[in-house]
Amino acid sequence: MAGVRIEGLAKAYGDHRVHTGLDLEVVPGQCFTLLGPSGCGKTVLMRLIAGFEAVDAGRILIGERVVADGASGVHVPPDERGIGMVFQDYAVWPHMTVFDNVAYPLRIGRVAAAELAERTRAAVEQVGLAGLEARLPSQLSGGQQQRVALARALVSRPELLLLDEPLNNLDANLREEMRFEIKALQERLGITVLYVTHDQEIALAIADRMAVMDASGRPRQSGTPAELFDRPADDFVFRFLGIANFLEVRRVDGSLRLADGRTPWAGPAPDRPGDRLAVGFRPGDVVASRGGEGLPGVVRRASFLGAQVDYLVEVAGTTIRAAVDSGRAFREGRVLAEGEDCRLAFLGVQWFDAGVLDAGAA
Amino acid sequence: MSAAAPRFGTAQVLFGLAVGILVIFVAVPVLLIFFNAFWVNGAFNVADVLKVLRQKDTYEALLNSLVLASGVTVTGTIVGTFFAWLVTRTDLPFKGAMKVLFLVPFMLPSFIGALAWKMLLSPRSGYINRFFQEVLGFDGPVFDIYTYGGIIGVETMYLFPFVFIQVCGALERMDPTLEESARISGADLFTITRRITIPLVLPSILSGALLIMLYSMAHFGTVAVLGIEAGIYNIPTLIYEKIHQSAGSFDSIRTGTVLATVLVVTAAFILWLQNRVLSRGRYQIIAGKSFRPTELKLRGLRYPLLAFCLAYIAFTIVLPTVTIFLVGGLKTYGLPLAAENFTWGNYRHILFEWQLTRDAIWNSITLGLAAALITMFAGVIISYVIVKMKVRGKGILEFLGMLPFSVPGSVIALGVILAWSGKFGVNLYNTVWIILVAYIARYMAFSLKANSAALEQVHDSLVEAARASGATMWQALRDVVVPLVRPGMLAAFFLIFLPALRELTVSVLLYGPTSRTIGVAIYTLNEDGETVYSAALAGIALVIIVTGEVVIKRFFKTASGS
Amino acid sequence: MGYVTLSQVTKRFGGVTAVDRLDVEVDQGECLAMLGPSGCGKTTTLRMVAGFEDIDEGEIRVGDRVLSSKRGNYYLPPEKRNFGMVFQAFAVWPHLTVLENVAFPLRIRRLPAAEIEQRTREALTHTNLLGVAHSRPDDLSGGGKQRVALARALAIRPDVMLLDEPLSSLDPHFREEMRFEIKDLQRRFGFSILYVTHDQSEAMALSDRILVMRAGVVQQVGAPTEVYRNPANRFVFAFVGLSSFLRVRLGEGGPAVDGADLPAGLCPPLPAELSGAPQAVLATRPSEVDFVAEGGLRGVVRRRSYLGEMVDYQVEVGGQDVRVQKTRHEPGPAPGEACGLLLRAARWYAADESD
Repeated sequence: MAGVRIEGLAKAYGDHRVHTGLDLEVVPGQCFTLLGPSGCGKTVLMRLIAGFEAVDAGRILIGERVVADGASGVHVPPDERGIGMVFQDYAVWPHMTVFDNVAYPLRIGRVAAAELAERTRAAVEQVGLAGLEARLPSQLSGGQQQRVALARALVSRPELLLLDEPLNNLDANLREEMRFEIKALQERLGITVLYVTHDQEIALAIADRMAVMDASGRPRQSGTPAELFDRPADDFVFRFLGIANFLEVRRVDGSLRLADGRTPWAGPAPDRPGDRLAVGFRPGDVVASRGGEGLPGVVRRASFLGAQVDYLVEVAGTTIRAAVDSGRAFREGRVLAEGEDCRLAFLGVQWFDAGVLDAGAA
Repeated sequence: MSAAAPRFGTAQVLFGLAVGILVIFVAVPVLLIFFNAFWVNGAFNVADVLKVLRQKDTYEALLNSLVLASGVTVTGTIVGTFFAWLVTRTDLPFKGAMKVLFLVPFMLPSFIGALAWKMLLSPRSGYINRFFQEVLGFDGPVFDIYTYGGIIGVETMYLFPFVFIQVCGALERMDPTLEESARISGADLFTITRRITIPLVLPSILSGALLIMLYSMAHFGTVAVLGIEAGIYNIPTLIYEKIHQSAGSFDSIRTGTVLATVLVVTAAFILWLQNRVLSRGRYQIIAGKSFRPTELKLRGLRYPLLAFCLAYIAFTIVLPTVTIFLVGGLKTYGLPLAAENFTWGNYRHILFEWQLTRDAIWNSITLGLAAALITMFAGVIISYVIVKMKVRGKGILEFLGMLPFSVPGSVIALGVILAWSGKFGVNLYNTVWIILVAYIARYMAFSLKANSAALEQVHDSLVEAARASGATMWQALRDVVVPLVRPGMLAAFFLIFLPALRELTVSVLLYGPTSRTIGVAIYTLNEDGETVYSAALAGIALVIIVTGEVVIKRFFKTASGS
Repeated sequence: MGYVTLSQVTKRFGGVTAVDRLDVEVDQGECLAMLGPSGCGKTTTLRMVAGFEDIDEGEIRVGDRVLSSKRGNYYLPPEKRNFGMVFQAFAVWPHLTVLENVAFPLRIRRLPAAEIEQRTREALTHTNLLGVAHSRPDDLSGGGKQRVALARALAIRPDVMLLDEPLSSLDPHFREEMRFEIKDLQRRFGFSILYVTHDQSEAMALSDRILVMRAGVVQQVGAPTEVYRNPANRFVFAFVGLSSFLRVRLGEGGPAVDGADLPAGLCPPLPAELSGAPQAVLATRPSEVDFVAEGGLRGVVRRRSYLGEMVDYQVEVGGQDVRVQKTRHEPGPAPGEACGLLLRAARWYAADESD
């Protein structure tokens, strides 16, 4: 089991600088997810770690071993890095059966026949494909092919497993199922996993720790999923992790008012000074009720989605999204209709400088 | 993969090899043609070129090529589009079988067809003309195959599948909801065909039409068999005439190179046009969720149209084929086709006794095998460098790789004569080797196409997955790339071997006393008035070709089915 | 009285019955979503209404106009039905501009030029396409193409719109946006919608009523809240939302779960048709299960996943799994901890072979 340490990494393609001085650490035995928009260089980083690309500067360590060093020119080829990798397009070999695909790393490693058969069967079983060993990939569904890729990456007991958006091409249900499976496997085997994705739900669900990168490849924040979600370092992280509502709050003569200058802000107090602030919250942070205390608003749209009712509420000229648990709303008779006046209370908010309001519009 | 493997040497070697093969086999012959056409007595010379072009026989040949190619393109496109529509968009009975039948002309050599039509429709001795005169009492011959119309008609029969296959593909892959949305908008089937379907498949129609044009422009056989009698020459037949009659004099070679230059430029222009049509006009009309497209109910016309299709096939495929075999069995050409006039002797003579024809069959088979093998391996190397490797100077290679597509057979033959007749220390003239060299150049395009297509399917991540599994670069090549490319290599082999068996355009310019190919033997026997032997050999060639095609279709079907 | 009426509509392909005696009515201005897994017959039904498939039994009418009738041996071709239709793969014509696409149905109807111009403009305005009227569809995003398809369908001012999974080819965030745009257009123009989808949240957000289909047979028709909260059977329960099914033994001492306590009064009363059965399943929704420290259905938390706004728990109850979802503001037990579960809106269903 090995961690990964990246120090001062730089990589450019011609004039296009993908990474400049990136530092990152993955703790051994943990699942680390790297979340970022497409084009942020997260796949390049993965390929640098795997050894498919050479670093321009900086070092990459897998465990204690330096596998890439721009200064000394060390570049350990991918086949000697002891990693397992799963690609977005599965990359299972179409001319080999499930068994042969999974057994390949062992064959290359000259594992004795009996042990090879045993370990391959175990790996195939581990991903729930027992009985399908003789099938060709073309006879498997997308989810099953991805499982073959996973078994193949795990069979040689790598120190480090790299997953490059492996669930992207699967449909929603399968994606949900697979992310739990990957997490369960990681915990059972105790291996180190580095997972890159642009899907915040997957990233949050499987990570022990995670980092959010912006479009220019700069890590904005790293920490546990709860830390990032509850205490985002900036509005980029806040927006990237889910649906984000913002309201402008002004200090007028010592009291807090919304953008219209009249409506008083009725939520938690700001944690920072300034005459113009932005308050951010998620749809689930809002409790919308008929009457009572709280910020007045008008329901512009109510959509019943099953487990939740999704409201679009107009508050002092701004529309925000609020989500409530439908079961409870029905039980408590709190289902609001379109056009109805309501009051909003807040379970938790984030404060930002007012500048983020303009960033969102851009 | 860039810096991952220590393959500084390997990349350069492969790149050099790829460039070398293309330069020696394709670029040098073509350059020599340009050089000979424009470089006279050590100086660049355009005036002489224009003088050659102003000669009556040259500009007539140019004009004829244009007229014939245009005619064939128009008729072939109409025929191909109509049949394609019929088998994909109507409820014609036995559509699947009809589609296969319409592709049969693709495997039959058109010059053999021309030979058959000559036997049927030549004004003096054609069987059909004789039938009209002797049985129906007409005064003179009713049909004359030695005309522009005759040549266009015969070429159309063999070239329309270019359009047919493209349009069928486009119509089958087209998302049916594109037409359904027009129907729900209120349009009837006729309006949909006119306003939606045809515009959407127009790029495919045009692309097929340009292929017909390209092929017809550079086509030797049919024009040679049917045109020379009436003095109709096109560029390839005139090149042949010049080279052959004047025994390789300087003037005739120059005229040949000027004509060849015109041919290359035209071919390149047609290909450029086709590329443009395909890249600009190809719409995204393919979609996921698929229903059967709405079929036009032919109702009362169903069986009449089926009868029409069957009659077309009987007339264009069955009739000429049967004619070839019957005439090949005649004791003497011109005898009525009656039982007492037939003999197996001609076939026996050709297969077992006559050195000339036995040599020809042997030459064609060995040439085909050798060319196919060499070109297959060369093609896979070149394709690998083009598709998969990141090396400097790849642009040159991509350009060189395009070259074989735009160089017609007669141009290659002429270029090969210039390059390999001792001028550069190697003289292969009058041997089979010069034909082999020409075949390699001629069929490189097929190999590049098949191998590139196979390699494009091998995504980089498949190789990378092997590397991540612990395989070295060479292990990954051996275990992943080679097995996946093998079907493409096999396809390339057969795409070369089968056409090489029936090749005429190239070998007719290059053959010597002992290096006749089947095509040359059929053609020269016919020229020499040995019509019966010519037909018998043609019949044997048809048997070999069709057997080969069928065996290979079977083979690929079982290979892909497992 | 329904506006679009399907009565006893049946369709067979070879020996397979794709749609089996379907009865449904759609009112004027109503949106009916047909929901089901792929191959359930929902798309075939829509295509029969559109006229792309003939019917084998029954009758389809709009108002007092018969479109297809087996008994009357009548079939009106699609081009005469005057519907707007939007397809999953957009089906906008790439060789025509956006404007020409939208004007096409009007030109086919040979309307006067001024009216074509005016109605095309109106359709483009309502779909926010005026700015790209002269672009080619291939220059637009997926969402843009689907707007063109919508505008083209709107141009003829249909009173019925047929939508065949119109959002499933779009990016997720476009999907939500377009969902509301379709709803707004419907409000403005008042047409009826038949909407085919396999996405339950889409069906719930958009439709007035949902028809759930399975293997050609209608399972339930009702308002979204009705279908979600009172599913007619186990299939509907599982299809319209997240669910867990708990095997329960029905003995003399009342319902019991192997290896776990099931206190009396925790589950709803057993329906009459299940009394006497040896076992049954208790269906629950993850969002309708609450944690309690004492009492309740006892289990152990096996997995706790942080999904952002939601926290997802897998609780092992006597060897079976129950899924629970709570918002991040609600406290919940840690992995490995024992807990009690309160089942809020559980329902009884008969056990089948798979149990």
